[in-house]
Amino acid sequence: MCYNTDIKEFYYIRYIHVIFDLISIEVDIMHDICIIGAGVVGGCVARELMKYKLDVVIAEKMGDVAMGATKANSAIVHAGFDAKEGSLKAKLNVRGSKMMEEYCRELGVKYKNNGSLVLGFNDEDRETLNALMQRGIANGVEGLRVVDRDEVLKLEPNIGDEVVAALVAPTGGIVCPYELCMAAVGNAMDNGAELKLNFPVTRIEKTEKGYKVYSGDEFIEAEIVINCAGVYSDDVARMAGDSSFTVTPRRGEYILLDKEWGTLVSHTVFQCPSKMGKGILVTPTVDGNLLLGPTAEDISDKEDTSTTASGIETVRRMASRSVSGLNFGGTITSFTGLRATGSVGDFIINCKDGFVNCAGIESPGLSSAPAIAEYVRDLLIESGVRLTPRENHISKRKPLHAFRELSNDEKNEIIKEHPEYAHIICRCETVSEGEILEAIRTNPKPHDLDGVKRRTRSGMGRCQGGFCAPYVVELLARELGCDYQDITKFGGESYINIGKTKE
Amino acid sequence: MIKRIKKELVIVGGGPAGMSAAVAAYERGLRDILILERDNALGGILRQCIHNGFGLHRFGEELTGPEYAHRYIEKVLEYKIPYMLETMVTGIDKNRILTAQNCKEGIFEIEAGAIILAMGCRERPKGALNIAGTRPSGVYTAGTAQKYVNMKGYMPGKRVVILGSGDIGLIMARRMTLEGAKVECVCELMPYSGGLARNIEQCLNDFDIPLFLSHTVIEIHGKERVTGVTIAKVDENRRPIMDTARFIECDTLLLSCGLIPENELTRSAGITIDRVTNGAVVDGSRETDVKGIFACGNVLHVHDLVDYVSEEAEICACGAVDFIRGQAKGEADINIRTDGKVRYTVPRKLTEIKDTTLYFRVSDIFRDVRLTVKSADRVILSKKKQKLAPGEMETVTISADVIREIKNGEITVSLEA
Repeated sequence: MCYNTDIKEFYYIRYIHVIFDLISIEVDIMHDICIIGAGVVGGCVARELMKYKLDVVIAEKMGDVAMGATKANSAIVHAGFDAKEGSLKAKLNVRGSKMMEEYCRELGVKYKNNGSLVLGFNDEDRETLNALMQRGIANGVEGLRVVDRDEVLKLEPNIGDEVVAALVAPTGGIVCPYELCMAAVGNAMDNGAELKLNFPVTRIEKTEKGYKVYSGDEFIEAEIVINCAGVYSDDVARMAGDSSFTVTPRRGEYILLDKEWGTLVSHTVFQCPSKMGKGILVTPTVDGNLLLGPTAEDISDKEDTSTTASGIETVRRMASRSVSGLNFGGTITSFTGLRATGSVGDFIINCKDGFVNCAGIESPGLSSAPAIAEYVRDLLIESGVRLTPRENHISKRKPLHAFRELSNDEKNEIIKEHPEYAHIICRCETVSEGEILEAIRTNPKPHDLDGVKRRTRSGMGRCQGGFCAPYVVELLARELGCDYQDITKFGGESYINIGKTKE
Repeated sequence: MIKRIKKELVIVGGGPAGMSAAVAAYERGLRDILILERDNALGGILRQCIHNGFGLHRFGEELTGPEYAHRYIEKVLEYKIPYMLETMVTGIDKNRILTAQNCKEGIFEIEAGAIILAMGCRERPKGALNIAGTRPSGVYTAGTAQKYVNMKGYMPGKRVVILGSGDIGLIMARRMTLEGAKVECVCELMPYSGGLARNIEQCLNDFDIPLFLSHTVIEIHGKERVTGVTIAKVDENRRPIMDTARFIECDTLLLSCGLIPENELTRSAGITIDRVTNGAVVDGSRETDVKGIFACGNVLHVHDLVDYVSEEAEICACGAVDFIRGQAKGEADINIRTDGKVRYTVPRKLTEIKDTTLYFRVSDIFRDVRLTVKSADRVILSKKKQKLAPGEMETVTISADVIREIKNGEITVSLEA
């Protein structure tokens, strides 16, 4: 417990709270930490802090975790040669990239060290590649080398005709960002963290002991607030009196291709970076699809995740320059993500009066997330918070995809006890009722169709839920104890059915 | 070890194709048959097709989908043909070993004498269409909406725009209207409808629902639920003409933009897939290029009428029974080519000298043309056709005598002026 409060007293207060809850009397309780935002940064910070005897609440605006930039980005673990030497981005990227494999193993998250290539199309690019390599070496990235076309072709036979050279970064990797976030939040919850969904922060009030974080009339009181609010992190900081930075949403459009095309390249293939980002990439995903994108366009609307005809066209054109043989007939979906681009040019991570900012976490934010969490922990220690390791801390998590990775004999053992694991609901991705029920019952619990989709891949395949959605809606309604027509696609008013027939 | 059973004939799919094939195989004297169906009842997609118009050719009466299915379910029950429900086949290899799973048996294998693939098809989803805009709730394929309305009793929306004039889209335009929804319009990218003429008449015209040909949806609006779509006319290259763009308020967008045969299992067995039909390449008996594996129904190519599906399934069942009984074929080895105006034929190959009907579709609307079959530049068959449309499957029968005349192991089916 931070600030020298007795742990026993804390649990006593919690106990009283539970009793009072039972007789429906509101009691304000003081938490140690309130994290605003359940994206991958908030999730990793929560997981890190739950290693210690702390009482953590995560406040999330949406009806599920991973709903902002976390669910729509390039899903890349960058090697760390992009960021300026000495920057926080460089330091946390390289550290995060080194941590990622073990981090994912503990959490049961799919990660692959597939290596990455930055392609050069002319002599000017070649210079850029060399400069990137030098920067990477200065940042502590291992194994970098620049190779000619012949060598590139050996690594990637389907590379574009115009490619003359490439920077090879063997430490680059891929990970599923929303899976990482769900696992980190889930692990924090396994250790006692509380997740408050549908809690958009509207006001923050400094109190004697800490802060009151309001959503309408409801509030969470905590000694320390950690702002991990993504594109809204400037607004949240301003609520606490910090106007030192702004965050601009940078729109990035993506195309996802069918698994049939998932092996067209094995590395993550970048183009030379520009001021607006790392350019259009082509990469396999850990689930075996091929991902192309993103565009980069600064916008003002923090909610505008629409795709545009011109954006999709740009992705197609630019990606086709990197890789030959792309077939856009194999498109499963296209989507837009918003990167939280800060006004400072680097990650904005600082701590003042018990208010911590993790803001402007644009790329390489996913790669850095585990390292950001450590960095935040160290900031707290520096500011005088005493951290005592949690007894019986659970560091590992059983992955939701554990069942599908078993052998048929092992699956049959489970099916004997739980026959619902043999009942296939999603044909395209072969997801069983058992796996869907397990996901619905596992923290952080999904409450809508897209939540189930992100956890189980049900509806993620080529029919995009055409067949399985009506069944998944039924399972959700049954498990959540609500009516069929109350189930939404992704919370709010996104109802799937608007009423009964004959009404 | 995984349990393995043996069966003479395994049929994957208990819809109209699978059931028709099972009944036909039984009537040819085969007894060791097993139907594997992934849903919780036999009938396939017909279960949700509660409109009438099925069975005109086959039974000479207008049945609803469930009634049509019931005719075959009764036969399956009468003949005591074994079937397993809620059973999903997850793999087939070229030695005809199937891997399947259900709650009762767990994961198990079946060694089959012959296999008939009858998995049907699925609808082209929104993602494949690359429509710009937001990704709210309220966008469904027509078939999914049909399932919500007809099977579950729920309304996916009250104010509807339909993109694509495929038959399910047309049927759903009428269904949604009858259920009290307002269907604003049907937009069709092509200058002609992809659906049957009778459906345009009975589902749109009878309800004053406008059909906008050469139109598409260029943007979807709405954050959580659809609030509207922008539609626009397209030019001859199917590119939107931006100054014709207009907003239509609606809460639902239904998609009826094509059906795709569901051939994951077919591919897993290493069977060659026809690039045009997205179904297996088959010969006259509907045998694929992997010995003893046959295919019929919408998994092979998308049919307009279930009557033709049953017909094809019977041909397929005869082929499979002959195979099981060791009857050799191969007195012919003829490839069938098409000119592009004729997009494809099923079958693609002839391996027997007997009267054979070719099923085909054309790529555009053609009037007063001759359907021509040529062998080595010599016309061996020519038939006058008044009107051919992409939405209507056509047939032509080649007699055994004509097949005997074929030279060089190849014929070309084309449209001539």
